[in-house]
Amino acid sequence: MASTDSTTVAKDGNDLAGLEAGLDALETRQTGRTPFRQTFTEKILPPVLAVVLVLAVWQALVSFKVVDDPSKLPAPSAVWDVVQTAWLQGELLGYIWTSVSRGLLGFLFALLIGTPLGLIVARVKFVRAAIGPILSGLQSLPSVAWVPPAVIWLGLNNSMMYAVILLGAVPSIANGLVSGVDQVPPLFLRAGRTLGATGLKGTWHIVLPAALPGYVAGLKQGWAFSWRSLMAAEIIASFPDLGVGLGQLLENGRNASDMAMVFEAILLILIVGIAIDLLIFSPLERWVLRSRGLLVKN
Amino acid sequence: MATTLAKAADGTASLTHAARIQHVSKSYPGPAGQQLVLDDITLDVAPGEFVTLLGASGCGKSTLLNLVAGLDRPSAGEIATDGRPALMFQEHALFPWLTAGKNIELALKLRGVPKAERRERAGELLELVRLKGAHGKRVHELSGGMRQRVALARALAQESKLLLMDEPFAALDAITRDVLHDELTRIWRETQVSVLFVTHNVREAVRLAQRVVLLSSRPGRIAREWTVGIPHPRRIEDTAVAELSVEITEELRGEIRRHGQH
Repeated sequence: MASTDSTTVAKDGNDLAGLEAGLDALETRQTGRTPFRQTFTEKILPPVLAVVLVLAVWQALVSFKVVDDPSKLPAPSAVWDVVQTAWLQGELLGYIWTSVSRGLLGFLFALLIGTPLGLIVARVKFVRAAIGPILSGLQSLPSVAWVPPAVIWLGLNNSMMYAVILLGAVPSIANGLVSGVDQVPPLFLRAGRTLGATGLKGTWHIVLPAALPGYVAGLKQGWAFSWRSLMAAEIIASFPDLGVGLGQLLENGRNASDMAMVFEAILLILIVGIAIDLLIFSPLERWVLRSRGLLVKN
Repeated sequence: MATTLAKAADGTASLTHAARIQHVSKSYPGPAGQQLVLDDITLDVAPGEFVTLLGASGCGKSTLLNLVAGLDRPSAGEIATDGRPALMFQEHALFPWLTAGKNIELALKLRGVPKAERRERAGELLELVRLKGAHGKRVHELSGGMRQRVALARALAQESKLLLMDEPFAALDAITRDVLHDELTRIWRETQVSVLFVTHNVREAVRLAQRVVLLSSRPGRIAREWTVGIPHPRRIEDTAVAELSVEITEELRGEIRRHGQH
């Protein structure tokens, strides 16, 4: 920019443009991405070491016969064998897909309901006074509580699973949006109004984008709740016709008193939950925050 | 906002006022009944005129600007402006989810400028504030002075006849502020926009304005007016600027002293 401005100096015959270019250059902070090496040693290595440590302790407990009963604590290798067998039989991806497809589809429905609901609660005073407290109260109700009524209302089928996911995720998503809207700086609303963004235009161009960080935090929590409620529903309402998801796998393991299978199911539930968060929600959150300069380190 | 003056048929400035503030009062409910913030303010801004409103805290200068901007309604009196005024704040108020260029394009979009023209027009406005290469820059990547210039470009994108400025340079360092004074003067003369500029900085007021209006505090009333005949380019250290500033400061101190005498 300095080079383009120096030509203006010659034209204008004054030094204002050059002065300004100098000030701009002096005051602009250089922000770059952190190098991969640093990310690796600071972000990736520590959790990997922690997992390795847990596995080592687990293996040691079995190897040194501290816990001697494989029906209580199977060796990590035994669990790995079960996982490998399921993979070789082509069943592993089936378990995962059954649960993940339910979870994501249910989450998508929750998104479609929770978003307009949150917006109405945030923007309409009467609605907020009426259902705002109920909505935040619902967040502290464990969604497992919805499984029995959902089974009675809808029977043992997929709609019952989706109902439980919705009841778990919708309050989180709506509440996230409400707190996002509440935290929009009033200055943005005033600036928007002077630019002519009022009513729906103001909601679309100013309020929603300004509330995005809170909304994304709500989505993240909503997913965690969806996944938990789904697992609860699958464990309680396992029924052969529904297809075997990860929750049913866990329940089947318990029924067969097969501890390796139980561990397999628990690990898969954990890994899938973390993977979806790491692959979808964390990048989304980081992107939103970074593009607003909220992740810049000094 | 009360009424909008009808536009002249040929669109040229046959209007005599960019803003007409007549007997405007504003009070807010306070702990001891209604509290009067502005008392019977009458002030006109001519097309192309640069007026600064000067006053200590509590003189209601920001309140008056909000009234003219249509963000609030006066308790009494009438305010007429030629179209919706543009408003610039002390904070840049740029939207952090948009780039510098897109902030300007949003203003154009809300004004109904067709999509094809927006990018080019935003580029011209950035060039006007000498930030040619900044279209794709995020707000947090810009310095304080650059942000205020983008905010100025966004305000100018509204193509209002009147630009309201609420202490827009108060948060900047002295060097940057001085440079932006020159820029604002240049842009004001190039675009012929009318400016109503609020500040508590006497030298800033004298340096920029054609007319300085001093407001008294609690309630805000027009105390005195000065016409500034010093030719441009002015410098903050000019003797003429300094002399008038001394005179106005004396008056301002007198106004402030009155409040300590109760």
